[in-house]
Amino acid sequence: MSDLKKIRDEFISRLKGKLDLAELNKIKSDLFGKNGLVSSQFKKIGTFDVSERKKFASDLNIIKDELQDLIDSKINEIQKANINEKLEKEKIDVTLPERSFLRGKIHPVSQTIDEISSIFSEIGFSVEEGPDVENEYNNFTALNTPDNHPARDMHDTFYLDDKKERLLRTHTSPVQIRTMLKDKPPFKIIAPGRTYRSDSDQTHSPMFHQVEGLHIDKNINMGHLKGCLNYFIKEFFEVKKIKMRFRPSHFPFTEPSAEVDIGYEIKDGKIIIGEGDQWLEILGCGMVHPNVLKNVKVDPTNFQGYAFGIGIDRLAMLKYGINDLRAFFDCDYRWLNHFGFDPLDVPTNYRGLSR
Amino acid sequence: MKITFDWLKDHLKTNLKEKNLLEQLTNIGLEVESVESLSSENQLFKVAKIIKTEEHPNADRLKVCDVNIGEKELKKVVCGATNASEGLITIYAPPGAIIPKTNTKLEIAKIRGVTSYGMLCSESELNLSDESDGITELSKKYEKNIGKSYFSKSKSNLIDLSITPNRPDCLGIKGIARDLAASGFGRLIVSKEKQIKLKTKQTLKVKINKEKEQGCTAFGSCLIKNVKNTASPQWLKDKLISVGQKPISAIVDITNYVMLDINRPLHAYDADKIEKGIIVRNSKSGEEFTALDNKIYKLEKGMCVISDNKGVLGLGGIIGGIRSATEFDTKNILLESAYFNPRSVRNTAKKLNLDTDAKFRFERGIDPLSIETGLKKAASLIQEICGGDVSKIDIQKIESYKTKTINFDVNSFEKIIGFKISQKEIQRILTDLGFIIKKEKNFLKLTVPSWRPDISQQIDIIEELVRISGYDKIKTLDPIKDRSKSTLTHTQRLFHFLQRAIASKGYLETITWSFTDQSYNDHFRETNKEVKIVNPISSELGVLRNSIFSNLIMYMSKNLDRGFKDLSIFEIGPVFTGSNPGEQKTVVCGLSAGKKSRLSWIDKERNIDLFDAKRDVVQTLSEAGYDSNEFFIDSKTPNYYHPGKSGRIFLDHSKDKVAAYFGEIHPNILKKIDIKTENLIGFEIFLENLKISRKTLKDQKLKFAVSDFQKSERDFAFVVNKDVEAQELINVISNVNPNLISNIKVFDVYEGENIPDNQKSIAISITIQSSEKTLNDKDLEKINNSIIEAVQNRTGAKIRS
Repeated sequence: MSDLKKIRDEFISRLKGKLDLAELNKIKSDLFGKNGLVSSQFKKIGTFDVSERKKFASDLNIIKDELQDLIDSKINEIQKANINEKLEKEKIDVTLPERSFLRGKIHPVSQTIDEISSIFSEIGFSVEEGPDVENEYNNFTALNTPDNHPARDMHDTFYLDDKKERLLRTHTSPVQIRTMLKDKPPFKIIAPGRTYRSDSDQTHSPMFHQVEGLHIDKNINMGHLKGCLNYFIKEFFEVKKIKMRFRPSHFPFTEPSAEVDIGYEIKDGKIIIGEGDQWLEILGCGMVHPNVLKNVKVDPTNFQGYAFGIGIDRLAMLKYGINDLRAFFDCDYRWLNHFGFDPLDVPTNYRGLSR
Repeated sequence: MKITFDWLKDHLKTNLKEKNLLEQLTNIGLEVESVESLSSENQLFKVAKIIKTEEHPNADRLKVCDVNIGEKELKKVVCGATNASEGLITIYAPPGAIIPKTNTKLEIAKIRGVTSYGMLCSESELNLSDESDGITELSKKYEKNIGKSYFSKSKSNLIDLSITPNRPDCLGIKGIARDLAASGFGRLIVSKEKQIKLKTKQTLKVKINKEKEQGCTAFGSCLIKNVKNTASPQWLKDKLISVGQKPISAIVDITNYVMLDINRPLHAYDADKIEKGIIVRNSKSGEEFTALDNKIYKLEKGMCVISDNKGVLGLGGIIGGIRSATEFDTKNILLESAYFNPRSVRNTAKKLNLDTDAKFRFERGIDPLSIETGLKKAASLIQEICGGDVSKIDIQKIESYKTKTINFDVNSFEKIIGFKISQKEIQRILTDLGFIIKKEKNFLKLTVPSWRPDISQQIDIIEELVRISGYDKIKTLDPIKDRSKSTLTHTQRLFHFLQRAIASKGYLETITWSFTDQSYNDHFRETNKEVKIVNPISSELGVLRNSIFSNLIMYMSKNLDRGFKDLSIFEIGPVFTGSNPGEQKTVVCGLSAGKKSRLSWIDKERNIDLFDAKRDVVQTLSEAGYDSNEFFIDSKTPNYYHPGKSGRIFLDHSKDKVAAYFGEIHPNILKKIDIKTENLIGFEIFLENLKISRKTLKDQKLKFAVSDFQKSERDFAFVVNKDVEAQELINVISNVNPNLISNIKVFDVYEGENIPDNQKSIAISITIQSSEKTLNDKDLEKINNSIIEAVQNRTGAKIRS
């Protein structure tokens, strides 16, 4: 009995002193190690009479808990002090720069193509493609632009042979021909892609991008064309209202043909689409010419519809305030970085076309 | 096509304003390109008289003139013309005037130290003629006009219209007036032809040879004898100047006037210079003639020429010749009014690279029934201005014009256009446009006016009707938001995925031209066919690219020159394998230069290397859904890569099609194009070579199954011959027991001390885990031994102890 108390008193008093972690661990093992003072007391429990055994065990456990708690809290205290001391030393200047990273960007033309696809997707158009190298037939003749037609002068064509049979497509319209030859009506497609004309100055680039649209069904009339373009332009420029003007024009592959102007004004040096009383030509369109339908074996008495062609680069310039067409293809790091889009900014209809 | 409202009013009776006119022109498809006020600027040019000339103190050839411009003080003007002399009446342009020829604004300027207040103008500077030798000399008559404006005042602005190629009739002012009248803008004035007495016979014989491909089907002419060719009267000069034309001489001016007014090109010959008669025939190969532009043209066989006994006089419908040109002393003229086939005109002009006003009109189609009208109109004017006797009109024809008729179903309009117009309105519009209408039971039988070669079928009539009724009447039918087919194909989706996946790894997307510099292209062409452009915009853009690298390297070099050092760019687009449609491939091509990290307080400097590119490619492909554990990689790459530091990737061991290349660009190429960077690493991914999964993600996701049993990692080091690739070891190991070996990672390669020459040590960490139980020591021992045994047997490796 007095043994237990003696042990307790002695160690309580020892633990009151200033001890380091090693000393504390030493005390811990003196008491609770295999042959520690407390551990050996536990071994004694069996030697007591049944009547005394219970009391002894209870007293022993109280002392054990008391000492153990005291040691643990002492250790904790020291460890905490140690960590605090370490943290004090480990302070670093977090304003130093992070590890370097490169930010990739999506070209504004690619972004614009994705925006256009997203808008037309909503109203049921699917995307078709065609080759950059075309034959003379698909690019001109099938599109009701026979050889020696003055309309061919409007297209300065790059040729790949002296007979002028292979060329770089001057517009995306040959995709209409390929699509209609391949499938059966109805057709409801857009075809974005590269187009080429041997023209090069401030406002012309020998390569540029167009998107072709084609909708052929039994009863598609010019009102549907107007509605489709009105919807597209509003969505693309992300405005509620748009001033749009249809003007008669002439393209061999559509009749009647129209050029479409949109209203704009210049405010603080920036172009504002949809307001003002200036007109800006943005696309050509019309009802697909019966001769074109005949050329692709679609019966024009049964099927009719519209087609349009829009300059993608020009749309991107208008929407994002880009002045110089030539810069699109100049690959200037600074330009790409400035006008490019984050790859995670995928235009979709649920999150919006642009941020 | 340049017009003025004043000129239009010769044919159109209207009270409407010019502002309305401009709107209406655009509304009916005659697009107004620009409107400029010529007259207000022209008013600045004044009749002036040189009072005194002195030699310029600092220049031999210059004179300092004191000029009377009708003001109190004389103006000092420096002038270099030899004919600038005291007493000359000429035309003075003050500072602020815009010189018509050069379109430059005149300013007060010091010329060799002497201030010149304005300029004395030559006729060519004022676009009055081609005379540029000396300043304009005006007759004594002008003495009373000193200080007054030289050009008569015209209220009309110059309106430039863009006439579409289907509308030759609107290349004449009358045609434009007709369209306007049909649209309700005024009333067309039916001009009475002036009656002139045609007494004598046309004595010069004209013959059109009946040959295959004869480009001339009708040739009308009349002789006008004893004319006196002079300068045109002021009204005619003013008229031509008002639309930006230069007056030349009365006869030429009159033919131009008739052409502009009713789109009837004419040609005047000096009849005395024609040998015997006119023969319209096909040219012989090698024939030559000197045209009015003073150039000698060598003709090919089969071009339509107007000739006489001596040879070619002119190219039909394109340009006349010097030999029979009219001059001021011309006495007898032959006036030609013919019909030339548009195709023939166009072919000839294209071959000879000739572009003239007449050609522009004939290739679009001249009214075949205007031959006589044109001749009469011009002849009566010539007689009025130049005097002379006009012969009877002679018309030779080898083909008669056939009128075109169209049966028009009035209901077809609403079906195509979507709104309705009454039959009454339909008939009114068509009548105003010159159609003759006959009502039949279910349709209108329409006779097409001879001046409308563009109209041949029902849709053309529909266009006329909607154009004149107004496009603003077309309804806006909102589209229905409905989709029955997916927007993108699987390939298109993959394209977009790869594009954004590469960009997300720090690459800037570029778009470069599909053509490139041949010398750059040759570095990357390999055995591919070179695809030349016959007519490139410049020799540096003469071939279609066989690889995207040629352009990327060029632009990378430019960016490095701009001072950027560490840069990654890419392009996704076509490369060409031939000159036929479809001989192209879609490639994602990336290029990185410089260092991966540079001058950092935290990281060591390191050049970008091929394992950076390999990571980008492998990561991108795995993100796109391809299992990188299946990839097979070897070192066979095209010659433009560094032979030892480049690789190719197959999607699986069948090595079917190359999915991608990656590696350092060959040092020889870097040297040749003199690009300055620490390292240049590229890759190419071939879109068409990637297998497209037809399964959607919904079907691709397999049942979720993972093992929760304990896994063990074991490290091995094998010593192998240097030429053994790490991939070989990995293959062998993964085949030992695919059920238990879940991950194999090479973490060290070592050559040098303690390792024999020609050998290397490869350290591999292997994760072993069962999906059925926790493996005990015995199990692990067994698999360890199997791994070592397999590697040693299959690769000749030795386990390093």
